[in-house]
Amino acid sequence: MTHTSFSSGHSLIHRTDPRVRLVLCLGLAMVMAGLNTLMGASFALLLSACLAYSAGLPLRGVSQRLLLVNGFIAFLWIMLPFSASGETVLQMGPFQATREGIELAGLITLKSNSILLCIMALVATIPMADMGQTLASLRVPDKFAVMFILCYRYLHLIREEYRRLASAARIRCFRPGTNRHTYRTYGYLLGMLLVGSYERGRRVHQAMRLRAFQGRFYSLRRFVIRGRDLGVALGIALPALALIVVEIYARGPAGLMG
Amino acid sequence: MHISEGILPLYLLGAGAVLGLAGTAVGLKRTKQDEVPLAGIMAAAFFVASLIHVPLGPTSVHLLLLGLVGLLTGWACFPAILIALLLQAMFFQYGGLTVLGVNTLNMALPALLAYLFCSPMVRSAKQPVVVAGAFIAGAGSILAAGLLTAIVLALAGEAFLPAAKTVLAAHIPVAAMEGIITVAVVGFIRRVKPEMITTRSG
Repeated sequence: MTHTSFSSGHSLIHRTDPRVRLVLCLGLAMVMAGLNTLMGASFALLLSACLAYSAGLPLRGVSQRLLLVNGFIAFLWIMLPFSASGETVLQMGPFQATREGIELAGLITLKSNSILLCIMALVATIPMADMGQTLASLRVPDKFAVMFILCYRYLHLIREEYRRLASAARIRCFRPGTNRHTYRTYGYLLGMLLVGSYERGRRVHQAMRLRAFQGRFYSLRRFVIRGRDLGVALGIALPALALIVVEIYARGPAGLMG
Repeated sequence: MHISEGILPLYLLGAGAVLGLAGTAVGLKRTKQDEVPLAGIMAAAFFVASLIHVPLGPTSVHLLLLGLVGLLTGWACFPAILIALLLQAMFFQYGGLTVLGVNTLNMALPALLAYLFCSPMVRSAKQPVVVAGAFIAGAGSILAAGLLTAIVLALAGEAFLPAAKTVLAAHIPVAAMEGIITVAVVGFIRRVKPEMITTRSG
């Protein structure tokens, strides 16, 4: 919303069936989440970077989002090197940084960024309007798909309403701070927002009933898996297999069970 | 509080996914067909609320309102929170996909507990009971979410223990703030639209 959207593009990935992309992304993300070696994680980052590049994602948008997420990772870099037990490599006053801790923080940084890049390339490129149908055709329960579609549909309207209420408060010289007055004001503002959303929900439901809504949306558009989709699926699945091989190799004979 | 991608081992992600999906399945089953559109739109309202930054001491934090999610949507809090997290993952890549189950569980379970234990208090005719119920729902759900997040982090390995403790400590001031805000919201809704709180059955 505040960021540039990734869903408008004409790359090969954008033209691939969204269901294929969602499933591939889940599989790939799970493989990456299971990595335990720096070598495997580096390879994963390379793979994700290639995906993001071939999706033609704008560098600015990508770095904005990665920066946001790496805030928590930075917090781990402050804690982990000093909290993991192992061989001391750096002495800072009373604190000792261990090699194991630094490696763990590095591993998490690589894994986290590669999974996020992979989501950006494969899932964030799906237009939201297609996502509801994608979920429904992947056999997600109808109730969930309907909730998802309506949630997305009314998100922007409710956000506009919040902006209107917030600027009304600002015009009346409301200046937020850490005090009871601020929290009570936000409480009333949110209360108004929730009451408004509740009434909107009731009205929407009545309007849907009036138009014979039976619990699911019907779409005229059909997703069809073509040869190109299978090609893309293969083009992602093979490097994913290579990633698993690299990981097994890097763990060595003893690490297979880990 | 989110756990990011790449931190938890596979078995924790798997366990979180199973429990989170089980909760969502029960939540969907207990949400009547007629309540589905309303639940979707309430999920949107809570998504918007989570974008609001409120000052807290030297910094500002974004609202979660887990207690209110529970009080107003009941069992539907599981699918509602999962949808909000899925949208966040798609819009900003905040959170992620493999951690969806864990994060849903960490937030929806406290919301559900707030619904089960605090909604009788919030529906009471006695003003002090209502205020106490709303505060416990608001503050307690944040503390519980912080505790669950800390437990999951600690399970990931002893190296994460200090990080888990810091996460938990950071939730304490947020919980107090959310408690006060929840009291104000509940008071407002009881005056303006009492049926939102008093007529939920599911």
